[in-house]
Amino acid sequence: MHRTGELFGQFQTLEQQKETATLGMWVFLVTEILFFGGMFLAYSINRHAYSTAFGIGGNMLDLKLGGANTIVLILSSLTMAMAVWSATTSRKSLVTSFLILTLILGCAFLGVKVVEYKQKYDHHLIPGNNFDISYCIKNRSAICGTPEDLTKEATEIEEGLKVDPDLNAHSQLYFSLYFAMTGLHALHMIIGAGLLLFLIAQASKGRFDANYNTPVENIGLYWHFVDIVWIYLFPLLYLINRHLA
Amino acid sequence: MATTELHVPSGEKMPREHYLNATYGIRSWLLTTDHKRIAMLYLISVTFFFFVGGLFASLIRIHLLTPGGYLVTPETYNKLFTMHGVAMIFFFLIPSIPAVLGNFVIPIMIGAKDLAFPKINLLSWYIYLVGGAFVLYSFATGGLDTGWTFYTPLSSIYSNSAVTPAVIGIFINGFSSILTGLNFIVTVHTMRAPGMTWMRLPLFVWAHYATSIIFVLGTPVIAITLLLAGLERMFHLGFFNPAYGGDPILFQHLFWFYSHPAVYIMILPAMGVISEIIPTFARKPIFGYDFIAASSIGIAVIGFIVWAHHMFLTGQSTYSAVAFSFLTFLVAVPSAVKVFNWTSTLYKGSIAFDTPMLYGLGFIGLFTIGGLTGLFLACLGLDIHLHDTYFVVAHFHYIMVGGAIMGYLGGIHYWWPKITGRLYPEFLARIAAIVLFVGFNLTFFPQFILGYLGMPRRYHDYPPEYQVLNVMSTAGASILALGYLLPMIYLTWSMRYGKVAGKNPWPATGLEWTTDSPPLTENFVETPVVDWEVYDFEHRPELGLRGAIGKKPLPTHGDD
Repeated sequence: MHRTGELFGQFQTLEQQKETATLGMWVFLVTEILFFGGMFLAYSINRHAYSTAFGIGGNMLDLKLGGANTIVLILSSLTMAMAVWSATTSRKSLVTSFLILTLILGCAFLGVKVVEYKQKYDHHLIPGNNFDISYCIKNRSAICGTPEDLTKEATEIEEGLKVDPDLNAHSQLYFSLYFAMTGLHALHMIIGAGLLLFLIAQASKGRFDANYNTPVENIGLYWHFVDIVWIYLFPLLYLINRHLA
Repeated sequence: MATTELHVPSGEKMPREHYLNATYGIRSWLLTTDHKRIAMLYLISVTFFFFVGGLFASLIRIHLLTPGGYLVTPETYNKLFTMHGVAMIFFFLIPSIPAVLGNFVIPIMIGAKDLAFPKINLLSWYIYLVGGAFVLYSFATGGLDTGWTFYTPLSSIYSNSAVTPAVIGIFINGFSSILTGLNFIVTVHTMRAPGMTWMRLPLFVWAHYATSIIFVLGTPVIAITLLLAGLERMFHLGFFNPAYGGDPILFQHLFWFYSHPAVYIMILPAMGVISEIIPTFARKPIFGYDFIAASSIGIAVIGFIVWAHHMFLTGQSTYSAVAFSFLTFLVAVPSAVKVFNWTSTLYKGSIAFDTPMLYGLGFIGLFTIGGLTGLFLACLGLDIHLHDTYFVVAHFHYIMVGGAIMGYLGGIHYWWPKITGRLYPEFLARIAAIVLFVGFNLTFFPQFILGYLGMPRRYHDYPPEYQVLNVMSTAGASILALGYLLPMIYLTWSMRYGKVAGKNPWPATGLEWTTDSPPLTENFVETPVVDWEVYDFEHRPELGLRGAIGKKPLPTHGDD
């Protein structure tokens, strides 16, 4: 039952098959760049137009959770790279372990994201009729953080309203983009987790070795791509206005 | 170079085994990974959408027969032209040539057994069907009245029609395009037969390579744009909503960033078809092969930086309008390179007026008119007068119907003997081609004049003085409809009763003509080795043309 990569009918050689699969994945990633590109463009234009509202919106995100998530994701890229390395050097049991580790880290990221979304819900920062950028200021309750944080936030919003009277609308635009961008990123993570499950099932049968490791390599490429998107999202959404604080 | 026809296909027999009879049953079609069968599945589905879109077009033309608009209400009229556009553009024109003809012939042209990813190819078709189902659902449950452009805030806030399912359907369908483009790019890179170098690729393949670049780079942008507009409509997010500071113009930029290159998705494959037809029926190598190949890539690249010429009057700075006007003029250069090279190929050729050639010649004329009137619209001052008039409608129908559909039908006729193994009735087909040409011009030429006189597009009513030209246009549309029904009938008839075609009925030089008609599931018995230059009739004695000489001994000693 041991198969070192079967040759599909349309190909002449295994090298051709591998080259084809890899090129296909790279072309796919190019389309993904353009896919996210539309949103990055929308972000840049609006960030330029409403820098105050976007700055305040960015300061309302949880830097600790976001930062922790960034580290989790970079670690998952490392374990993914290790999985690819283990496959290319025929360390079959290590492949499975590293893939499982990557999956756990990916799920941890998604879990933290759920916590963050819940927090935004509690703070009335979900775009829609109940959106209110000063909800936490008006209702000083424990869920919104420490009194010092809230005082700082109150001053920021007060100052912001002087510059931008439509602060509430414009910061709603910021959160529209925040949810669209991180939501689409999370969707890619979920798809990635599904792909990892498939890889783990294959790897546990010992399918990947130095001769045949294209799926690990290509899904690895996808996983790194999704990480890189976050590497851009994190500073754009969380960090860009921290000097105000 | 005076080779003339000598070839008479006679006594040809259908091959014993081919892709159509290799397996039987509905499952063998719906679960097939054979690019040729998937092309047939696409052929059926795009034809269906063509007639859906055509039905809406007929209703529009009947409505416009008289001023005052008696047939439908203004609201219904808005829905008719919107649904006509959506069905025709997203579900017929964009997939037509690539997914039907490209799918069928590209692997055979480059000597491969199949596309690089056969399963993904089948997946594209299913994605297309799912997207199509959503759009049909939208048509059936209230229709769609935003125009095919889905401009915000009409589409995201104000429209009461079934926008959401349509947007979802087009979003889904985008992935079908992306996967087709991805498949073609990878196939051309990795699946070429020995000896099939890049400069020996048929120009049809080059055109599809360029098209695929647009598929892969442009389609994700429309996907994300429609996703954002859909999210805005469903969840009241504010990307394009001025109430939140969002910018409706941003939607237009993002929309046209895809939708202008999408015009080249429709026309480039048709240009590829014409580049095959012209040398075959002029019995002459194509003039300026390198230039035609490079101009396809040039069109794809420049096509990405002209989008804002759709927005000269919707709010952009004069300076960017000037830049986009200049870039739009620039894209005419590679297009003109093609037209000049086709006509140069005809010069001193030994021309046979077979049906595909009639479509090819029709294409050159109509595309030239469509292209040159595009330059009128690229001209900033003139565009202020012509913007959103019937001049624009006539212009893009000359490109999309006169260009893309002529190319599509020309290609269908050209490769029909390869696809089915049988010839269509030549006389009837020539009549149909001429009927189409006449009907087309009668439909759309009056619209240039109407637009110049000031009749705006998308209005359900017009002043009585425009009636004569509108009646001419409607009369033309009925001739055009006949021109579309005829091929439907005789092509279907010929699948069973047509004369057996043989391997190479024209004769043509491409690799697809060296294999059986219809081809085996694996396309070739043995992987072919290409040892001749592209479109070379002279050194191919096996084609049976008079004046052909033996194989070229060493092709490396420069060109002749």
